[in-house]
Amino acid sequence: MRPILLQGHTRSLTQIKYNREGDLLFSAAKDHVVNVWFSHNGERLGTYNGHVGAVWTVDVNSASKLLLSGSADNTAKLWDVRTGKCLHTWEFHTAVKRVAFSEDDTMALAVTEQQMGYQGAVAILKIDSVLEAGEQDEPFVISPEPTKAMVAAWGYLNKYIIIGHKDGMISQYDWKTGEKLTSKHPHSDVITDLQMSPDRTYFATSSKDKSAQLFESNTLNPLKKYVTDCPLNSASITPIQDFIIVGGGQDAMQVTTTSMRQGKFECRFWHKILEEEVGRVKGHFGPINTIAVHPDGKSFSSGGEDGYIRVHHFDEDYFKFTYPEFQHIGA
Amino acid sequence: MIAFDINNLPASEDELDYSDIEAKYQVPFEEGFDNIIVVDKVPIVEESKKDKLFRTMRKIFRTAGVGEIKEGGISMPMELNAETGKQTSKGFLFIEMETAEQANLAVKQLNNHPMDRSHILAINRFTDIEKYSQLKEEYVEPEEEKFAEREHLRSWLTDPQARDQFVLHRGDEVIINWNRRTEPPEEIHKRQYWTETYVQWSPLGTYLATFHRQGIALWGGPSWNKIIRFVHPGVKLIDFSPNERYLVTWSNEPITLNNGIPGSPFGMEDEGNQLIIWDVHFGALLRSFPSSTSPDDTSNKITWPMFKWSHNDKYFGRVTVGQQISIYETPGMGLVGRKSIKVEGVVDFEWAPVSERDKEKEKDKSKDKHGDKKAREEIISFWTPEIGNQPARVTLMSIPSKEIIRTKNLFSVANCKLHWQSNGDFLCVKVDRHTKTKKSKFANLEIFRVREKDIPVEVIEVKDTVIAFAWEPKGERFVIITTNDPTYGQPNTTPKTSVVFYYLDKAKPVNGTQSIANFKLIKTLDKKTTNSIFWSPRGRHVILATLRSQSNFDLEFWDLDFEGTAEQKEAARQDPGASLQLMSVQEHYNVTDIEWDPTGRYVITSSSMWRHSAEIGYTIWDFKGTQMQRYLLDKFKQLLWRPRPRSLLTNEQKKKVRRNLREYSKVFEEEDALAQTSVSKEQIAHRRRLMDEWNAWRKRVESELAEERELAGLPPVDTREDEGVEVIEEWVEEVVEETEEIVDE
Repeated sequence: MRPILLQGHTRSLTQIKYNREGDLLFSAAKDHVVNVWFSHNGERLGTYNGHVGAVWTVDVNSASKLLLSGSADNTAKLWDVRTGKCLHTWEFHTAVKRVAFSEDDTMALAVTEQQMGYQGAVAILKIDSVLEAGEQDEPFVISPEPTKAMVAAWGYLNKYIIIGHKDGMISQYDWKTGEKLTSKHPHSDVITDLQMSPDRTYFATSSKDKSAQLFESNTLNPLKKYVTDCPLNSASITPIQDFIIVGGGQDAMQVTTTSMRQGKFECRFWHKILEEEVGRVKGHFGPINTIAVHPDGKSFSSGGEDGYIRVHHFDEDYFKFTYPEFQHIGA
Repeated sequence: MIAFDINNLPASEDELDYSDIEAKYQVPFEEGFDNIIVVDKVPIVEESKKDKLFRTMRKIFRTAGVGEIKEGGISMPMELNAETGKQTSKGFLFIEMETAEQANLAVKQLNNHPMDRSHILAINRFTDIEKYSQLKEEYVEPEEEKFAEREHLRSWLTDPQARDQFVLHRGDEVIINWNRRTEPPEEIHKRQYWTETYVQWSPLGTYLATFHRQGIALWGGPSWNKIIRFVHPGVKLIDFSPNERYLVTWSNEPITLNNGIPGSPFGMEDEGNQLIIWDVHFGALLRSFPSSTSPDDTSNKITWPMFKWSHNDKYFGRVTVGQQISIYETPGMGLVGRKSIKVEGVVDFEWAPVSERDKEKEKDKSKDKHGDKKAREEIISFWTPEIGNQPARVTLMSIPSKEIIRTKNLFSVANCKLHWQSNGDFLCVKVDRHTKTKKSKFANLEIFRVREKDIPVEVIEVKDTVIAFAWEPKGERFVIITTNDPTYGQPNTTPKTSVVFYYLDKAKPVNGTQSIANFKLIKTLDKKTTNSIFWSPRGRHVILATLRSQSNFDLEFWDLDFEGTAEQKEAARQDPGASLQLMSVQEHYNVTDIEWDPTGRYVITSSSMWRHSAEIGYTIWDFKGTQMQRYLLDKFKQLLWRPRPRSLLTNEQKKKVRRNLREYSKVFEEEDALAQTSVSKEQIAHRRRLMDEWNAWRKRVESELAEERELAGLPPVDTREDEGVEVIEEWVEEVVEETEEIVDE
């Protein structure tokens, strides 16, 4: 099916996110605003104005009431999804590169950049207390070692947080004490994305080392590896079919010097379990920065350096796809 | 050696055992004489003329480029002559050179040097004389060298599935592969740094030639061992004779002699030459040639192959532009008839190829050994441009008799190109002509029908410039590509071209008179960008490609004998264009090379890092243009199919195979199906295992999660249920416009 092209941003996309029901799609871009769209037809619902720098990251809570965004203006903002009002602003010393709600929405984390002499850090934000009292306690801060954190996510039941590092390392931290629990070094370059499975028992990472991998959350044991031929910016796990969608492309810096053909700006579908590539979706004319899959698994969206979001609803064939040998099992 | 023992020291120094040290540091006695040579057959002179003789000796050595003789390095034994009572020399002298290399060189260069009419110098190494004088007088039979069996050099042809091999050169790796259709190629042999520049197959596929600083090495057999090597420093280009008997190598560095490589095959006559002809079986240097033949020694542009071979390896020749064609004979390496064929103005020449049948006949003849039958003569064709009042001319000449068979005069010729059909039945001369104003160009195709009496010539006029011409191998059809695009010839443009197919119309006798067959047009395809023609080696199929363009990478797969339906078959009888069918149009981004496999079943298009940096790699297609496999390989350089020698089957056997093709193919189809299932079985098993592992892991993790949630007092994972989702459909009707019309009745 023809994708829906969302042309609401004037600069490159940084992160897109569906809410839990999947009817809304939130997008953050370098043009300082966060947009919200109806995912089924691509109509724009509204804009969250307030940041004065590129917005790097966005997340929505499970009730679709609160929205959290992180920006290069050194703040993270909490928004009312319905009204677009800014409920709270956290100020940091450096840019906020990643925010994420915990499973029960009581807390959130914010990954801050290593800049201007400040260490990169992961701050734990108490959402509940902020809402109740507007409390201005300094958030608890974890300092990841040895290299700075790029991305992070919560484990299930708020057991721990998982951090993807600049040097390709992944580690598990106790968010209460700031202690490192375990770590592994599976990638050889920057980890660009880290997305949890729906039940948060495993997660997918993408890296500039041209591979995406799957890990068990509790042990950080590697489960699967998907090796491609271009640096990856995002990896997302699909419900329904056992796929993983990865996307990326050569560095944005080199895009103008090479032809579109070589850019490899495609979303690639890999079979999650068999580690085989099964298909590609073309369309962007710049690197793909972020991919998100609808929670019901019937559509997915990609946001690119080209400033567009492409919303794809899967065709019938997609749901019928199965390897001949598994036909009798029933897909 | 006796171990050192502190309790058992020798009493005195005399008792010490120095033997081991002496053995270690013993001065090798003979080595000191390596730079001394013995010169024999020197004129016998008296004491008074001794100095003069020495001076001449020094002069000879100096002019020969051997080097200076050591000061006081000449010694000549004298004896008292009983008759005259004077001291006279004994007719030989000893010379001491500076180095052993110089001595070696002197032996090589000046042995048999004529000093004057009656004195031819005989030079030997001093150590040699010593050695030979100690030889035993009686004859000892040399031990017979054990016969070391060589591997079968054509073992690859016995592959039960008749697959073809190709060599892949990538980065510093050279890999020999089997082509396995839809399966990835099977690696047979792989070696790092196998070659320094590139690789090349011999024309029948027996050897793989690799290039090195020191020369060429040939490899082959099932284990890919080195078979033979040819020393030629700086070798850049090679060319095999058609039957792989001879090898021509060219280096940009002239041969030098004083490099002192032991076992160097070069002699004095080779110095300064750049071209060498080798015997492939024995590795012997047969003859070397200078690179340039023009008298003023301006190094003319290198055209490769420099020597053109007749089909049976019997003759080879080269042209000296503007002057002559030199035809040499093997194995003697001498000029045929002892002189070159002088042809004023000659530009180029070509040997006529022969058909398989003729080759067989020739073989039979040589088996008979009946000398009375006259050997078939070879034919060469050459052309000369307009010189003065003399028109341009194409000539056919037989070799070795050098009789002119046919000539044809041509006018207003800009350039000619000689294209022989692979059986030698036809010669097409593509004549580029300029119009009278000399402003624009057009082309004539002059087709010589060599097999017919008196060799009739047919002329096809083409209005436009012909940029490519190709005969169907063993066939009677050809394809040309023409263009009238003014951008043609400019860099970075893709001119519009037309493709034209021709066939030989063997018209039926009309009114009882045999009409002469003519080449007729099959079809013209306009508005193309195609610039290259690649016929399948078996004919019938042809690929039209746009190569080395910036924007177009089309590959068109054509079938000239397409007979799909009975209807089409009928139509083909009426109209030759009806059986011409475009099978598929494909694209290979940045394609630089196209190679048919020797059987015409598959074709590989490739993009080499020598020309591009982007998307290099190769694609395997079948003859219909269906993509089999595609690989993008970093640092991909070169890919070459291994050629196949001529089939050993006789024509009758081939016919029989063709008749019973259905039976044979049944067997192969079964084999294919079997292979397919065995492969997929493995794959299925592998996938099953992965799935099972995953499912088992999920089960474990999910139960763990459920447990933990229960402990935390939470409900188990809230699986989203479709019942909970409420779909609300909202219909919004908007009235855009409403007009009311009253219709009168």
